[in-house]
Amino acid sequence: MSINLTLLCVMGALYACGIYLLLERSLTRVLLGLMMMANATNLLLLTTGGYAGLAPLYDKSRAAGDYNDPLPQALILTSIVISFAVTSFMLGIIYRTWVLGRRDEIQIDLEDRKVARTPSFDAEDDAEIPLETSEFPLLPRDVPDNGETIKAGSGRMAVRDAVLEEKPGSKNVTPGPDGGLK
Amino acid sequence: MNLSSLAPLAVLIPILGAAVTFVLYRHSHAQRTVSIGLLTLTLLLECLLLASTWSGGTYAVNIAGWLPPWGIVLVVDQFSSLMLVVSSAVSLAVLVYATGQDMADGDEDSPVSIFHPTYLILVAGVSNAFLSGDLFNLYVGFEILLTASYVLMTLGGTGPRIRAGVTYVVVSVVSSVLFLISIAMIYGATGTVNMADLAIKLGELDQGTKTLLHVMLLVAFGIKAAVFPLSFWLPDSYPTAPAPVTAVFAGLLTKVGVYAMVRTETLLFPGDSLNTPLMVAALLTMVVGILGALAQSDIKRLLSFTLVSHIGYMVFGLAMSSVAGLGAAVFYVAHHITIQTSLFLVTGLIERRGGSSSMDRLAGLAKLSPVLALLFFVPAMNLAGIPPFSGFLGKVGLMQAGIELGTPLAYALVIGGVVTSLLTLLAIARVWNRAFWRSPEDAEYPDPVLLAAPEANGRAGSGTTSTVTVLPRTMVGSTLGLVLVGVALTVFAGPLFTVSDQAAGEMLDRSAYIHAVLGGDTPVPALETVPRTGDLP
Repeated sequence: MSINLTLLCVMGALYACGIYLLLERSLTRVLLGLMMMANATNLLLLTTGGYAGLAPLYDKSRAAGDYNDPLPQALILTSIVISFAVTSFMLGIIYRTWVLGRRDEIQIDLEDRKVARTPSFDAEDDAEIPLETSEFPLLPRDVPDNGETIKAGSGRMAVRDAVLEEKPGSKNVTPGPDGGLK
Repeated sequence: MNLSSLAPLAVLIPILGAAVTFVLYRHSHAQRTVSIGLLTLTLLLECLLLASTWSGGTYAVNIAGWLPPWGIVLVVDQFSSLMLVVSSAVSLAVLVYATGQDMADGDEDSPVSIFHPTYLILVAGVSNAFLSGDLFNLYVGFEILLTASYVLMTLGGTGPRIRAGVTYVVVSVVSSVLFLISIAMIYGATGTVNMADLAIKLGELDQGTKTLLHVMLLVAFGIKAAVFPLSFWLPDSYPTAPAPVTAVFAGLLTKVGVYAMVRTETLLFPGDSLNTPLMVAALLTMVVGILGALAQSDIKRLLSFTLVSHIGYMVFGLAMSSVAGLGAAVFYVAHHITIQTSLFLVTGLIERRGGSSSMDRLAGLAKLSPVLALLFFVPAMNLAGIPPFSGFLGKVGLMQAGIELGTPLAYALVIGGVVTSLLTLLAIARVWNRAFWRSPEDAEYPDPVLLAAPEANGRAGSGTTSTVTVLPRTMVGSTLGLVLVGVALTVFAGPLFTVSDQAAGEMLDRSAYIHAVLGGDTPVPALETVPRTGDLP
C-alpha cells in the first residue's frame, strides 16, 4: 500500500490552474478557477485519510488498521455540497452580470475611481479661513462716520475703514505698507 | 444537568425558523411575526446561557451522544456566550429595522420575501461558529453564514450590488478554501479535528509544521476578519448592500473572524512566537484603515474603513497574549459589534431623510431632524473613544495592557492606537460638520430634498402621491434601542470587564476548555515559555 502519487500530481495541477484562472478578469474563468481549487482541496482531504484500505464496514475478523479512514470522506462530502451551492450561486451572479452589462467581466467600482480622482485640496476643509468668520459681518452703514480713529499698526485709521478691511475679500481697501490704509 | 445543554437550540431555532418563514413566503405578516418571535426566543435562550456561565465555567454538549474527540461538540464558555448574546441582540435590532423599512416601503412582491429565511440562516451560522468546539464544524458554520451573506449582499440584483457581490464571493470562497486546506493539513498531521484534542496534539508537532499550520489558519481567518494586507475587499463590497444588511455584516461577520483568530491563538497555538507579526499587522490595520476613511466622501464607505481600522485594536489585544490584553480585546469586540452596527443603521436613516449617503450632497440634517443628529452623535463619539463611552474604556484597557507589556513594539502600538483614535474623531467630525451642521446652501451638490421647505419634506407622505414614510417609528425605535444598548455597555462596563478578564484568563489557561470537552482527568500540556511579545531581536 502506498500514497497515490497520481492523485497528488493531479491535485498540484488543479491548484496551479485554479489560481491562474482566478486571476483572470473574465468571471466564467474565475468560477472555473474556484471549482478547480475546491476539487484540488477535496483531493488533498482524501490524501490525508492515509493509505488506501478496505471500506469501513465492521468485520470481526479484520484488524482495525486494515480499514480506510472514513472521516476525510465525510468531510469531502460536506465540502462538495458547499462548493456545489457556491458554484450555482456564482453562475446566477454571472448570468445577472451578463443581463445587466452584456459582458462577462469584473466591473469597475465607480466610487473607487471617484475617490482616486479627488484632488488633495478640499475647498471646504483647506481654504484659507476668512478674517471675518461670523455669518453676520459688520457693515459700513452700521458704523456712524463721526471721524473716530483706532490704532492700527504703527499709525491710526478711521473706524469706518477698519470695518471695511475686516470684510472677507474686500477689494476696496488698499493696505498700507505696515497695515492700515495708505 | 444544567442550562448549557440547551446550547444546540441557539443554532436549531433560527434554522427551523428559516424553514418556516420560507414556507410562509406569501404571507409577509406571518413571516415577520415568526422571524422576530423566534429571534427573540433565541436571544432569551442565549441570555440564559450567559447567565449560567457568568461567574465562570465551561460546558461541552456532545451532539447526538457521540463522545469527543469523535463526535461534534458545542462548547459554551464565557467568551462564546457573551458573543452569542451580543450578536443576537444586534441581529434582532437589525431585523426589526429591516421589517420597519419593508413595511414602510410596502413593496409586497420584491424579493424581500427571501430576506427573512436568509437572515435567520445567517444568524444560525454565526451561532454555530461561536459555539463550535470542532474545527470542521467551525468551517461549516462559516460556510452557512457566508452563503447566507452572499444572498443578502446581492439582494435585488442591481448593478452595483452584483459588482460588489462578485468581489465578495470570490474573496470569501478563496478564504474558505484556505481554511479547508489548513483543516486537511491539520487532520493529516494530527488525525483529529476536535479543538480540545488538537490543543494537546498540535503541541507535540515539530516547530516547522506547527508554524505552517498556524500561519495558514491565521491567513484564512485574517481574510474573514479583514486584517490589514487582507482587508481590501471589505470597503469595496459592504457599502453597496441594503442598509440593514450592511449593518449586520459590519457588526457580525468580521467579528466571527476575530473570534476564530482568538480561539486559534489561545487554544490551538498558545504562546507562539507569531505574536510579533500579528502586532505589526494590527498596527498597519489601524493606521492604513483610518487613513482610507479620511479620503472617503461617502458615509457608508467611510464607516467601512473605520470598521477595518478598529479590527486592528482587537488584533492588538489578542497579540499581547496577556490576560489584561485579551480581556480588553473581548470587551472591545462586544463594544464594537454594537456601535458599528448602530452607526450603519443611522446611516440608513440618514440616506432616507437626506436622500443620499454622500457627504457632498448632505447638509443641515441637525436642523431638519434633531433626533437623527442625536442618534448619530452618541455612537459616533463612542466609536471615536470620547471619555465617558465604552469605546474609551476599551481603548484604555488596551493601552494599559500594552504599557504593562512594555516592549518597544507594544509602545508603538499604544501610540498607533491613540493616533488612530484621534483620526477616527477627525473622520467622524467631517461627517458631522458636513451632513449635520453646514447649511444646505453651502453644500457642493445639495440634495433637492434638503433645499425644499422644511414643512413640505417633514411629512412627505401626507397628501402627496407617495406613501413612503421618511423615518418610520420602527426603524428609529430599533436604532434607538441599539444606541441605548451601546450606552448600557458604558454604564455596565465594570461587570462586563470583570467577565471579559475572567474569560481571557480561562482561555489563556486552556485547562477548563480541555477538561470540559475531554473529561476532567486529561493532562493539559504546559505552555512553553517564549520571549516577551514584541521584543526587538
